[in-house]
Amino acid sequence: MKPSALVQGTLDLLILKILALEPLNGWAISQRLKQVSGDVLQVSDGSLYPALHKLEQGGWVTAEWKPSENNRRAKFYSLTRVGRQELKKEAANWERLSVAITQVVKLKEA
Amino acid sequence: MRWWFTLPLRFRSLLRRGAVERELDDELQYHLERQIEQNIIRGLDPEEARFAALRSLDGLTQRKEECRDARRVNLLADFARDLRYGLRMLRLNPVFTAVALLTLAIGIGANTAVFSVVNSVLLKPLPYPNAEELVGVRQTAPGAAGLANFADNLRLSPSMYFTYAEQNHTFQALGVWFPGTVPVTGLAEPEQARSVWVSDGTLEALGVQPEIGRWLSRADQTTGAPETLMLGYGYWQRRFGGDRSVIGRGIMVESRPREIVGVMPQGFRFVNADADLILPVRFDRSKLILANFAYQGIARLKPGVTIKEASADVARMVPIWMNSWSNGPGTNPRVYETWRIAPALRPLKQEVIGNIGGVLWVVMGTIGVVMLIACANVANLLLVRAEARQQELAIRAALGAGWGRIARELLVESGLLGLLGGALGVGLAYEGLRLLVSIGPTNLPRLSEISLDGRVLAFTVLLSLLSSLLFGLIPAVKYAGPRTSAALRSAGRTSSASRERHRTRNILVVAQVAMALVLLVSAGLMIRTFLALRTVEPGFTHAEHLQTMRISIPPSLIAEKLRVTRMQNDISDKLAAIPGVSSVGFASGLPMEGIEPDWDAVVAEGQSYAADEIPPLRLFKNVSPGFFKTAGTRMVAGRELTWTDVYGSRPVAMVSENLARELWGAPPAAVGKRIREFRQWFEVIGVVQDVRENGVHEKAPAIVYWPTMVGDTYFGQVRTVTFVVRSDRTGTEGFLNQIRQAVWSVNPSLPLASVRTMRDIYDGSLARTSFTLVMLGIAGGMALLLGLVGIYGVISYAVSQRRREIGIRLALGAQQGELMRMFVRHGFVLVGIGVAIGLVAAIGLMQLMKSLLFGISPLDPLTYAAVPVVLVAAAVLASYLPARRAAAVDPVEALKAE
Repeated sequence: MKPSALVQGTLDLLILKILALEPLNGWAISQRLKQVSGDVLQVSDGSLYPALHKLEQGGWVTAEWKPSENNRRAKFYSLTRVGRQELKKEAANWERLSVAITQVVKLKEA
Repeated sequence: MRWWFTLPLRFRSLLRRGAVERELDDELQYHLERQIEQNIIRGLDPEEARFAALRSLDGLTQRKEECRDARRVNLLADFARDLRYGLRMLRLNPVFTAVALLTLAIGIGANTAVFSVVNSVLLKPLPYPNAEELVGVRQTAPGAAGLANFADNLRLSPSMYFTYAEQNHTFQALGVWFPGTVPVTGLAEPEQARSVWVSDGTLEALGVQPEIGRWLSRADQTTGAPETLMLGYGYWQRRFGGDRSVIGRGIMVESRPREIVGVMPQGFRFVNADADLILPVRFDRSKLILANFAYQGIARLKPGVTIKEASADVARMVPIWMNSWSNGPGTNPRVYETWRIAPALRPLKQEVIGNIGGVLWVVMGTIGVVMLIACANVANLLLVRAEARQQELAIRAALGAGWGRIARELLVESGLLGLLGGALGVGLAYEGLRLLVSIGPTNLPRLSEISLDGRVLAFTVLLSLLSSLLFGLIPAVKYAGPRTSAALRSAGRTSSASRERHRTRNILVVAQVAMALVLLVSAGLMIRTFLALRTVEPGFTHAEHLQTMRISIPPSLIAEKLRVTRMQNDISDKLAAIPGVSSVGFASGLPMEGIEPDWDAVVAEGQSYAADEIPPLRLFKNVSPGFFKTAGTRMVAGRELTWTDVYGSRPVAMVSENLARELWGAPPAAVGKRIREFRQWFEVIGVVQDVRENGVHEKAPAIVYWPTMVGDTYFGQVRTVTFVVRSDRTGTEGFLNQIRQAVWSVNPSLPLASVRTMRDIYDGSLARTSFTLVMLGIAGGMALLLGLVGIYGVISYAVSQRRREIGIRLALGAQQGELMRMFVRHGFVLVGIGVAIGLVAAIGLMQLMKSLLFGISPLDPLTYAAVPVVLVAAAVLASYLPARRAAAVDPVEALKAE
């Protein structure tokens, strides 16, 4: 197991969280992911787009074509209201999960 | 709320595919360009930067495909494309398509037909309101010695009916009834109408309202009230043209007028009888005794009451019945305690279906196995097809088509095959069912209800899809799998076939052979059963030369006993005078005719029984002089009855051989001995051979044959008898006309009922076995044929695939015969394994058929030896034909062709 292998399903959470700060295009999201996680989470660019499309299809994010920072047209994703609720729920879930896992990991051998 | 965002997206993806596709391209293009720019900034040269960017996406095409999947559009759009593609593939291979479709159509058609029979006969509720509340009130009396069919079905006596109807806590309504025929005159030709006599409570239990008029009521049952009846719908249409003013009109039944009070609606059947007339029974309460167990019971349970609770209720009432009634002064009602009468209530449906359920499930099972074999064949065909396309599939996989994608395409194609085959199959089933209903096997209950309804069609669709999945999944799993490089390599022209490629098909053939063997064994056992039944001596000879008919002389026509006998004697004489008739006789009922039996306890002189013991029950028959001679029943000892005996009212009787042995040790010893039913002693004047009264598969019962007219016994004399006429001219229209004229020359208002030959009666008693035999025979034949096609296909494919190898071997000096044997051996090994597996399965499964067999064990050695021999021989032939082609290979050509 690669230590940095992304826990199943957490990619959605990361995307939602990033988009909660500001609407971004796909490229920008991938850059932001690398920045904030300090290259610990090696999100493949390949898996990013299917995930984005899935979120859009699910109604959690919505997309619109806008000029990007270098004035080319790019597809910008932003969070919807249901997306925000989903983020809250997923974040809370993650919180619980990580606390639980941390406790297990910290168990001392008797 | 989410649909607010998602719905427009879905529509857009679906309807504006082009735009969506373009956007996807643009989006990924944008990403790529930015990545390339970044890479260049990092110091890579443009070419390298581009490669690195592409690599970071892990395959652009695959990612696009995943995005499309995420949008779900693929599902629908791909499906449409796969469908078109599948149709095209089927059109491009007409021979393959025709063979596969035909196989499937026959398989699915047979299954649909059999299932619709199972559905209509076994699964659908009876056509009565809340039919699940209806029960047949049956009883067992294991302690009643003598009659075997008594022990497991003791009918109700009128006194039982009154006790149960009045004292129960669990029934909404309870009645008794019995079927029969009555003569009707004054409408057209005199006829014998099918009748059902019912007590109060019977129609109430069934709960079907009359079409017009009213039900028979309690008042109609009371002696002295006007005589009434109801009509069945069919009879109303036939005889009265559906005239609604028939209510209140009179009709002559048994030469007495009866008033029509109601008509039952269309499709109403009385349990398992089609009734023309429904008549009220009249019990004189003051004269009822304990005995006369002649009536079938029917009841409707109160809501929520189970059969178990109702049985307990009846069990509670049996002693009440015994204490409330008597068989007359000087008799002890406690004798019935030795009979151990117990209720055996069962759902009315079971009463209607009878013992056909087991047969139908066996047939359904076998036909299902045929379907499996058909699926294996189609899977084999598909495998060959997929193999031919292996390279194409491998290339597509290499170009980014996912496993699921290719599998889906293969499955859509087989689904198409399945559904098309299913549609054809429904057509076949429809025709088959029409044929079945028109043949109308008499032993199949609820025949008129058989139809292709929604449930059957759902079954067919499900079966089509399931079998598509079954035969489609095998090639899909095998060839859509991620073994790209291996496939590309081995599909090269220069390599010969690997063992691996044949394994699946070999397994399929082994399975086919095993299943075919099981079916053939079951068919073989049925053939053996049928033959065993045919060798049983039924107790009459040359049944096809015996013309039979039933004639009834009602008291209203002729009251006096002696004159009834004279009239029957006159009819016999007139019939005997017809040219070509060698002899004539009559009896209260013929063997296997299914006439309600008469029976009672019989005491032989010199035997004594305790007061609380009833002597064993014996079947009673009344016969005319010359009856045994006509029927061809052998006299074992003594002599047959004469008219002098009858008119002289001599107390004589005849007995069956088994009864003579039981009572006196040997048939000759019986002659001159005396027996009695009541007080009067009768001398035994003759012993006749045992007769299979209840069908050849049932033991011959012990029978006492009384003269057709007996002086002063309880049963007196028989007014309804079946005549038998021995002649070579049976069945011809001219002969039947002469018979009618002969009867009507004696009295023109005598109807003839059940005009048929003894052969028909005999065949009727074998109907269940022959039905099973035919069905299993068809299934076995289909299985054998499909199995052989499977073997042929595998061997011939193996030969065609190994042409190159054969060429090399021949070039290196291999003998042609040796090569041929190699392929035949291949077939032989497959069949051998299949037979071995099949034998083990058959040994287990045939136990299920035990109840359908006669005279042989489910492990009949002959069948188990013969079937594999036949199967192996046929299979060797099926592999020999293609193997011959291997020997004919020209090595030069085979090697050049590569």
